[in-house]
Amino acid sequence: MPPLLRFRKLSFSEDTVNPTAKQQTTTEKPKRRRAGRCSCVDSCCWAIGYLCTAWWLLLFLYHSVPVPAMLQARESPGTRLSRDGVKALHPMILVPGIVTGGLELWEGRPCAEGLFRKRLWGASFTEILRRPLCWLEHLSLDSETGLDPPGIRVRAVPGLVAADYFVPCYFAWAVLIENLAKIGYEGKNLHMASYDWRLSFHNTEVRDQSLSRLKSKIELMYATNGYKKVVVVPHSMGAIYFLHFLKWVETPLPDGGGGGGPGWCAKHVKAIVNIGPAFLGVPKAVSNLLSAEGKDIAYARSLAPGLLDSELLKLQTLEHLMRMSHSWDSIFSLLPKGGEAIWGNLDSHTKEGHSCIDSKRKLSQSNLHRQNDGIRPESWVKEPAKYGRIIAFGKRASEVPSSQLNTLNTKELSRGDDSLNDSTSCGEFWSEYSEISRESIVKVAENTAYTATTVLDLLRFIAPKMMKRAEAHFSHGIAEDLDDPKYGHYKYWSNPLETKLPDALEMEMYCLYGVGIPTERSYIYKLTTPSSKCKSSIPFRIDGSVDGDDDIYLKGGTRFVDGDESVPVISAGFMCAKGWRGKTRFNPSGMETFVREYKHKPPGSLLESRGTESGSHVDIMGNVGLIEDVLRIASGASGQEIGGDRVYSNVMKMSERVSIKL
Amino acid sequence: MPLIHRKKPQTPPSEEVVNADEDSQKKPPHESSSSSKTHKKSNGGGKWSCVDSCCWFIGCVCVTWWFLLFLYNAMPASFPQYVTERITGPLPDPPGVKLKKEGLKAQHPVVFIPGIVTGGLELWEGKQCADGLFRKRLWGGTFGEVYKRPLCWVEHMSLDNETGLDPEGIRVRAVSGLVAADYFAPGYFVWAVLIANLAHIGYEEKNMYMAAYDWRLSFQNTEVRDQTLSRMKSNIELMVSTNGGKKAVIVPHSMGVLYFLHFMKWVEEPAPMGGGGGPNWCAKYIKAVMNIGGPFLGVPKAVSGLFSAEAKDVAVARAIAPGFLDTDIFRLQTLQHIMRMTRTWDSTMSMLPKGGDTIWGGLDWSPEKGHTCCGKKQKRNETCGEAGENGVSKIKPVNYGRMISFGKDIAEAASSEINNIDFRGAVKGQSFPNHTCRDVWTEYHDMGIAGIKAIAEYKVYTADAVIDLLHYVAPKMMARGSAHFSYGIADDLDDPKYKDPKYWSNPLETKLPNAPEMEIFSLYGVGIPTERAYVYKLNQSPDSCIPFQIFTSAHEEDEDSCLKAGVYNVDGDETVPVLSSGYMCAKAWRGKTRFNPSGIKTYVREYNHSPPANLLEGRGTQSGAHVDIMGNFALIEDIMRVAAGGNGSDIGHDQVYSGIYEWSDRIDLKL
Repeated sequence: MPPLLRFRKLSFSEDTVNPTAKQQTTTEKPKRRRAGRCSCVDSCCWAIGYLCTAWWLLLFLYHSVPVPAMLQARESPGTRLSRDGVKALHPMILVPGIVTGGLELWEGRPCAEGLFRKRLWGASFTEILRRPLCWLEHLSLDSETGLDPPGIRVRAVPGLVAADYFVPCYFAWAVLIENLAKIGYEGKNLHMASYDWRLSFHNTEVRDQSLSRLKSKIELMYATNGYKKVVVVPHSMGAIYFLHFLKWVETPLPDGGGGGGPGWCAKHVKAIVNIGPAFLGVPKAVSNLLSAEGKDIAYARSLAPGLLDSELLKLQTLEHLMRMSHSWDSIFSLLPKGGEAIWGNLDSHTKEGHSCIDSKRKLSQSNLHRQNDGIRPESWVKEPAKYGRIIAFGKRASEVPSSQLNTLNTKELSRGDDSLNDSTSCGEFWSEYSEISRESIVKVAENTAYTATTVLDLLRFIAPKMMKRAEAHFSHGIAEDLDDPKYGHYKYWSNPLETKLPDALEMEMYCLYGVGIPTERSYIYKLTTPSSKCKSSIPFRIDGSVDGDDDIYLKGGTRFVDGDESVPVISAGFMCAKGWRGKTRFNPSGMETFVREYKHKPPGSLLESRGTESGSHVDIMGNVGLIEDVLRIASGASGQEIGGDRVYSNVMKMSERVSIKL
Repeated sequence: MPLIHRKKPQTPPSEEVVNADEDSQKKPPHESSSSSKTHKKSNGGGKWSCVDSCCWFIGCVCVTWWFLLFLYNAMPASFPQYVTERITGPLPDPPGVKLKKEGLKAQHPVVFIPGIVTGGLELWEGKQCADGLFRKRLWGGTFGEVYKRPLCWVEHMSLDNETGLDPEGIRVRAVSGLVAADYFAPGYFVWAVLIANLAHIGYEEKNMYMAAYDWRLSFQNTEVRDQTLSRMKSNIELMVSTNGGKKAVIVPHSMGVLYFLHFMKWVEEPAPMGGGGGPNWCAKYIKAVMNIGGPFLGVPKAVSGLFSAEAKDVAVARAIAPGFLDTDIFRLQTLQHIMRMTRTWDSTMSMLPKGGDTIWGGLDWSPEKGHTCCGKKQKRNETCGEAGENGVSKIKPVNYGRMISFGKDIAEAASSEINNIDFRGAVKGQSFPNHTCRDVWTEYHDMGIAGIKAIAEYKVYTADAVIDLLHYVAPKMMARGSAHFSYGIADDLDDPKYKDPKYWSNPLETKLPNAPEMEIFSLYGVGIPTERAYVYKLNQSPDSCIPFQIFTSAHEEDEDSCLKAGVYNVDGDETVPVLSSGYMCAKAWRGKTRFNPSGIKTYVREYNHSPPANLLEGRGTQSGAHVDIMGNFALIEDIMRVAAGGNGSDIGHDQVYSGIYEWSDRIDLKL
């Protein structure tokens, strides 16, 4: 390389110098002009060359510097445990959650040419920028059936690559996999049960036979690893997907099950180690369905109003996203389950007796102590937050006593279809908002608040077709009598409050999740002023301007509780802490459950990137404490051996207050 | 970009340029007298210093690069196709599109079994030197690590000498899924074209399965270490049951063909040794086996690979640049290291020629006798046939049976003139002259000068003798190898000794399963010269550790000669001679024979090689070469028709261009 450069450079300088020399015979004027013009281009090139060289030099240095010098990497838990003699014993099944799994294209429209078997979801997402509408079209499902639209086949990426990294350098499972490999795991005893997370759980079996594959894979791994039972590690939505699987696999074939027969789980599964499980749903799903926004988007919108709403690239970003996500059945699996009994009614307020901390403020030791004792910290306001009101229109509605609220009977409201059909400009895309009359919307939103139960009514009113599709696959209630034959239907299988755990006394159930991060719990909404141009735009949005003055857990129209940034503690922990603990009607065989919480600690420096002690929903997969627990369980340790429960939040107290029949 | 714009005015260069401007305005009177650039340089603050112009140059290159990159990215995806069509006329529809129009639909699940070398391998546990390569591909992909840390790479790719399994502390495993072998290296497809075409008629992950295995291991060891055979069994069962009971179509390629033969025997064998699937497993789950380029009877290439770590390509490279491959590049004796590595791979021994002299020919005869090799560019039938009639005397008959001969004259001499001195009992004398080779593990240094001499004096080796030769040259390796593979012909297939797994991958020592409805296809390319026999010489060079090498200067003046650079060629697909890929289906399994007791139907489908017309076509759509044939449209169409429910007679029975029937008839084998 260097000799070549030098050679080229010499020849270049000769070329340029000689003309200059020649030109000295000509007049001075053109020469000056030439020099002037030339110098602009030249200096531009010079600067770029300079930057490039510096870049290469740094790149070279970066690569030649030995790795340990930069990351005085702490010994990974895998290495340490491997030295302590921990060895791979039970085969491992990893079940990824929503969004983290990659999706690739198998058949598409002409606009997606050349993307065959390329990832549409996951990896670098470059196609969004290049052909956004095409991308949306391919990732959406059919709005009637919830399956593939005709002519499009998008499928889950199989294997460990499906969810090891979500995007390059943003790990999901990679750290855990690497540590498992250190104690001897490899392809034959480590399997990623990837599935198309857009589909309802039942449809993954109908379309892809994902559940059958998982069953066959578990049986195979059980047999080829010396008849050692498997340890299953589901994450996020994967936890309820696997609940569905547990029920499916023991249901006989004629009833739409896997035909494994009773005892299948007892025979094949040693433990289920749920990471950040969304057993009882997440409030985020509500805001996502209602207005395609969560905390982050609402915040961005209040900062830069108009940006997200304007037709960026001829694309009404939010509306399109909403249309796409409305076609995904799986989102409905994440709606809050258990209704008011779990999530609180209009008046329940201090149920979760929670003190919220700013994520940037370190939780002081004293604060932590007080919290554990259940004493209200000073930061509590006089009028306690009413978390039960998952959606409230206006800040007032979120605070006033329930008697002052309008009660809404959705049946009275007509989905007036009078003022329709003039919305041609944006009628191209499917959203059921366009069919509701403005009056009804106003009525719906007038000084009302919705609890976990009534919010479903609201959704049913707003998007009846969508909810009809969804409710064929998911149910969000609490079972009165679990032996009722209706609970044989698959739509109940993923709701822990409407199914029994399998009869497997020796199986262990773990709930591992992060705490110490403010997590969305309820929202304050407002009406948007209807845009004249496009009637079908989303009529509600989170009121990002609402901030609690002395109330740090109300921010940007969102109230926060303790959790892992996505899943509130009550959803992740309740089942293991109470619903399944001991012999209950949900857990008839009385399998052991364990709650393990991991306190969030933000990374100390930039070099640590996402930290090794994080408690947030995805980053927790790199938490050394959690990894160590998982490795120990994988190598045969029982829940007692890794230390039983480990609780920082007040999940136990909160669970006590929840009164459901057990 | 905006950053750069903003920065530019602030950076010193612009000031300098201004200065330079002023300078140049002042200077003309001076410079007119002295015009040389050296003078300019001495001015120090002159117009452009050395560093500046260097930067300028780099800047220019970068800008053009970015510009081109931008153009490339902005280019519509169909642009290359458009250009190709303008030059060569409209391309035929790929078979997937064509058959979709015909209304074909995915029916039977398809299982791919990759061959040797094409499957990716990734690191699961390594030594210190392989830090940061966890789950990165060591084999396949870009092979970047070969350059970065060659010795480390060789160490990790090698297996244990004694056991043929993982060395201590190293775990390298096969990549799983379709990605294992869709592309071997970026842009070099293996299975990708076939997969893409199958996807057109509705195939996807759930009814396509790549049975990737660690191709370095012996077949039975893949089950011992990774339970690969069990996984394959379970996956086939799963796919058949989730696809409504439709039987699977198996598509093995290259060594995968032998692997699947092994599997079919394994799966019906009772549990401790086999898969316990019961005697009807194959009949129940397999519709057809479509072998692509299958080396059923081995390949002569494997002999030269094991004997001296070279095949035609390496031999030619060595002749062109002598000393280059033998010297220590990067302190690495390249060939020796490669040899040491490949010798630890048991699987290479599965490809040694099977059937001995009966199949491959003796000193005086060979099945392909009378085959004429034509220059590549000539049409085979016309010109070649004429030449054969007019100048029969001109073309010397080639003794293909002499797989290795020392010296060209020996290769051509009549058998009576050759005095073989038996090497088998020869004492391995003294120490090898070159001590530096000892750190590189090959067994040559145990052999001593006397041993080498004995080998060279035996002069001519037929297929049977070659096996003995390897036993003599590398006893440890062959001891390990013959525990897993066998190269003979069975006299009595019911002999209980044939229950041993080592016989299962040899089609001449196993019976096909009892599955009369199954079909076996042999699909392979013809029309490319393929290595068949070698002329060797002793390597006198003092710094080489391998005492033998191909005698590359052995040529024939005649252009039509089969002897090129020390290698005798026959018809084939560049790697596997026709005899090896076609014989079983053309003769030994045809009808009810002792190798095929249930009378499974067999078909031979040959694809005549025609090289790509121009560079734009890449590797061509009518290629017959061993790997490129996977992009052959005719072959893909055949596979798709079978996958969509067709059978052998639907796709047109046999399709033969070579002399395989004639040659098969010359082989005297009890059937």
